[in-house]
Amino acid sequence: MDDIAHSLAMIVGEAYFSNQPEEAYFYARDPGLMPPHKPDYVVIPKCVEEIQEIVRLAGREMIPLVPMGAGLALTGLMIPLKGGIVIDMKRMNRILKVNEKARHVIVEGGTSQGLLKAYLEKNCPRLRHSIPDSPAAATIAANVMIHGQGRLTQQYGFNSDMISGLEVVLASGEVCKIGSCAVSPDWFSKGAPLPDLSGLFLGWFGATGIITKVAVKLYPRKKMRDVEIFITDREDLVPDMIYELTHTEMVEDINIFAQPKPMIFKDNHHIAIFITGDTDEELEFKRKMTWNSLDRFIKSKDGGFMGVPPVMKPTLLEMPQRSVSRFADVKKGGGFEYSGPIIMVEKYPECARKIVELAEKYDLGYSGMARIIGRGHAMMYGFAFTFNRADPDMMDRTRKALREVSEFALETGGVFWKATVDEQQMAIEKMDPNTLGIMKMIKENLDPNGIMNPGNWEVI
Amino acid sequence: MIALKYDENLCKTCPTGDCLVKCQYLDVEKKTAVAEMVKIGQGEDSFVLKECVTCYACEEYCKRGNHPFYLITERREEKGILTSPRAITQQWIHIGEPQGKYRLGDVKERVLSFGFMPEFLQWVKGKLFEDVMPSFIFGQEFFCNVVYIHFANTSIIKERLPKIVDNIRKLGVKEVIFIHDECYAAFTHLAPAYGIEVPFKSVHYFEYLYNRLKELKDSINPLNIRAAYQRPCSSRLSSDQHHFVADIMKLIGVDLVEREYQGENALCCGGIYAMAFGYDLAHDVQKRNIDDMVEHGAQYCVFNCPACQSAIGHKVAKKGITPIHLIHLCRMAIGEMGEQEGG
Amino acid sequence: MKYADIVHRCFRCGYCKFTGDYTDFNCPTYRKFRFETYSPGGRMWLIRAWLNDEIKNSDRFQEILFSCATCANCVEHCVFTFSEDLVNIFISAREEMVNDGIIPPPVRDFLKNININGNPYKEPASERGKWAAGTSVEPYKDQEYLFYIGCVGSYDERGKKIARAVGNLLVKAGVSIGILGDRETCDGNEVRTIGEAGLFQFLAEQNIALFRDLGIKKIITLDPHSFNTFKKDYPALAGVFDVCHYTQILAPLIQSGKIPLKEFHEKITYHDPCYLGRHNGEYIAPRNILKAIPGVEFVEMDRNRENSFCCGGGGGNFFTDILGGGEDSPGRIRVREALDTGAGIMAVACPQCAKMLDDAVKIEQLDDRLKVMDVAEIAVNCLS
Repeated sequence: MDDIAHSLAMIVGEAYFSNQPEEAYFYARDPGLMPPHKPDYVVIPKCVEEIQEIVRLAGREMIPLVPMGAGLALTGLMIPLKGGIVIDMKRMNRILKVNEKARHVIVEGGTSQGLLKAYLEKNCPRLRHSIPDSPAAATIAANVMIHGQGRLTQQYGFNSDMISGLEVVLASGEVCKIGSCAVSPDWFSKGAPLPDLSGLFLGWFGATGIITKVAVKLYPRKKMRDVEIFITDREDLVPDMIYELTHTEMVEDINIFAQPKPMIFKDNHHIAIFITGDTDEELEFKRKMTWNSLDRFIKSKDGGFMGVPPVMKPTLLEMPQRSVSRFADVKKGGGFEYSGPIIMVEKYPECARKIVELAEKYDLGYSGMARIIGRGHAMMYGFAFTFNRADPDMMDRTRKALREVSEFALETGGVFWKATVDEQQMAIEKMDPNTLGIMKMIKENLDPNGIMNPGNWEVI
Repeated sequence: MIALKYDENLCKTCPTGDCLVKCQYLDVEKKTAVAEMVKIGQGEDSFVLKECVTCYACEEYCKRGNHPFYLITERREEKGILTSPRAITQQWIHIGEPQGKYRLGDVKERVLSFGFMPEFLQWVKGKLFEDVMPSFIFGQEFFCNVVYIHFANTSIIKERLPKIVDNIRKLGVKEVIFIHDECYAAFTHLAPAYGIEVPFKSVHYFEYLYNRLKELKDSINPLNIRAAYQRPCSSRLSSDQHHFVADIMKLIGVDLVEREYQGENALCCGGIYAMAFGYDLAHDVQKRNIDDMVEHGAQYCVFNCPACQSAIGHKVAKKGITPIHLIHLCRMAIGEMGEQEGG
Repeated sequence: MKYADIVHRCFRCGYCKFTGDYTDFNCPTYRKFRFETYSPGGRMWLIRAWLNDEIKNSDRFQEILFSCATCANCVEHCVFTFSEDLVNIFISAREEMVNDGIIPPPVRDFLKNININGNPYKEPASERGKWAAGTSVEPYKDQEYLFYIGCVGSYDERGKKIARAVGNLLVKAGVSIGILGDRETCDGNEVRTIGEAGLFQFLAEQNIALFRDLGIKKIITLDPHSFNTFKKDYPALAGVFDVCHYTQILAPLIQSGKIPLKEFHEKITYHDPCYLGRHNGEYIAPRNILKAIPGVEFVEMDRNRENSFCCGGGGGNFFTDILGGGEDSPGRIRVREALDTGAGIMAVACPQCAKMLDDAVKIEQLDDRLKVMDVAEIAVNCLS
């Protein structure tokens, strides 16, 4: 064992250190299409002190550090582009403290979405968090760090807007508290009323620091939840429909999807509208308001509420929706990747047409999926393609399609979400030079040795 | 060429105009009714073409067999008047398209047809069906397509129904017991109205169940419950079978509550109205219907059609009434299902 | 390798690692080792890499493959249509490694012992039926049921106690049973899951021939592992018998009062064995027995039924111990979980679980707070 290996094994314990080919293989890749790069070491720390030691060692030895949640962003963000140490955060998965009245919970940097959901259901049944549809193994911290979205995004914004504090380990090995917790024992805000430093870490993919704790805002969890699906054959009317729906302020979440199969979905755009309520009366009132908000489209025959088959409803109401993961096996190949730019809702028709064009051009299975952010302030439009991992040609066509998506997104005014390395470069090239200047300043100061997930946000 | 058998003179000389006079959604008297139907027959515009909600009831109200609702549907399609939004119509057309995913049991000359209702694959079991099962057919290839009259589309029926008839015929089937009311109606009411020949005998599952219950009468334990019956739209096309509902209830000890919205005055489940017209009409119809069940002391709501059960089953349950399909009710009566399973 | 054409379909989404409600990680090897490579998704990706020559068979690879307890939590919770094949895929990979002869020494030794002695304990066959001395269990001679014990019940001290309890209880209940004694040989379930398909077939065919010769039609098993292989694997080799686990026979007899039991005021929780529960869907019978004992306060662990957390003994680990010990070993986690219910007794229905959990209780120093007892032992304790 070399000295670094020995040191790492001393820090985390031999059982939680590996430089073996098996871990090198697995942690070199994610389920998406980005090319693999092997780590030199993989460690699984159990506490922030171990992470500090690892970071200090890496700083001394100039070894790249790549924190990893569950690796489910699909855009290669945890692939160690320059080798080094992959830090699998998932052993740090405790739920540290819930403040029910203030509605927040502090979790460790590797706590999974599923664990938090299960914990809240059992212990705080009146509280919930904004859970995404990525698999339950996805971590809270990583999702927040990539500006993920979830079930409450239509109401409250990105999941990163729904946090109230961070603890991060800097490249120097120092631990930093971000938000009200820097001054107060209470974690009620990620920034205000202080200067908001959370932006130094959120969206940086670990290139400026490692998130070891995150305080997540919790929201009322109602006893009942239901879903309606409004369908239209006119993609150009979707933005107006969203405008009317979001005006009601009655809706929990709005997802839109369009895909050619199964047959029930063919040729239409489906707006899935989720509503919640503590009583039948509340739920029915919200249902009525949402239905009536779209009445003009029904009268003009431009759209209508479909009957949701009894077998479909439980699938849609699951959190997370396991059917999202099942999309990966449509081609019997376990593969799916999507480019999901954040873009104005008014661009929905163009995006919807583009994905069909690309699917036909590259002969791919697809699903166009969107989640509304805020009251229609923006949307995430996901150009999702499913591929067979054992078919190199299909994988190549999918890469090409996604490349065209990236170009299209930028041309259409979108901004890449959880950008691949290539997309990051495209964004950097297009970015306002002064904005880029600030990013450079941040990166230079927070990661002077360039060891924090290098290759990502390479602004220097 | 498949065409509707409609006689303009029957409308012109109609003494009652009952098709529209009795309509629960239009408020017209006899003179207007006759005049509008004549206009429709002649291909002219009529407010009826816009306002009819597709409940099918006028097919029953017309005692002259002149198919007012089929006629309205034909004219709507000719004039491009949609009932439902385009996307909904399109979706339903896609759903009904044969996919090669049908299922066949051990098909004999006598067969049970489940149409395209997957519920029946689970529900149709036990002693009541043992003399025919496992002879069954299921899938879009056996789907009757009648539902498209809700969507102002008879072209698709004319295109698909003859193929469905042929699919059944090719199996060597001589008698089909239709578990879905609307399928029975397709082959005994709609097909003759369009001159489509049906080379097999069609039996309604009501009649089948009634006969089987008589055979198994020693196994019947009277249920001693009060129930409301939810009459589906398709029952207006199979109204000759409607009497079996009361007959069966009598056999199995169910007191069918006398209520306002029953028989010819039955209200449909509103499932189609919701898709076609939005919240208010469907909500109103469902509320009146269910309140009527509650007011008359129904403990159970008996369904004939799984689509109705899907549309309002949970709503009746919220009012303390147990939703149950007729098949489950009969199985309960012969001790094959517990109360909880049937609900 | 069989299933080589589907290993690429794993999305490594990780649903296989959890319980159905995500309360906890429920894959015993992932929970212990924490490397993704030790999760079902990790195994799938590594098997594919190995088949494609991207990685080689190594000590680590062997540990990853042979530590799998074949508990089927992944089969239960994987969201894809190939989920039912997951454990079979891991077993197929093991078969390839066994065929290549590149396997961990404990696996090699286990197979060698079965091959030579007909049991993994290196004990002579003549000792096999000795557990029954002093019981009312008779040798098999045309009774209604063969009572099949298995290697653990025949040779392991803990297992033998359970065999005696079950045997006595069945006789007391009037069930017509007989045992093979020293004519009994290994059922082969662990041999099969460890990947020695050839030896499994030999053992199975030998057993089938013997059962047929003796006119055996019905079998009650002590061990869920035997139950599993007789029920699922033997029919393909023309060994079709009416097989049940002893709890399935006892439950109705106890519930109907045929075996009167006196009051037993204890808080008891039940650990679902993987090969009775997830693999074969039997969750009710053992519970019915426990709930029928007057005075028993029955409590469930959070992870129960299809979410049960494996004791760590399956997949051959009971004998090879490749999954190993430590604070995060499944057995120790499980007994801590049982303790959290407030129960004083952790009931089991499998001699392998009993031994694994017994050992865990000792290591956790919980001897004075938690007792591991087989369902039959509890019932025997309550005989009036």
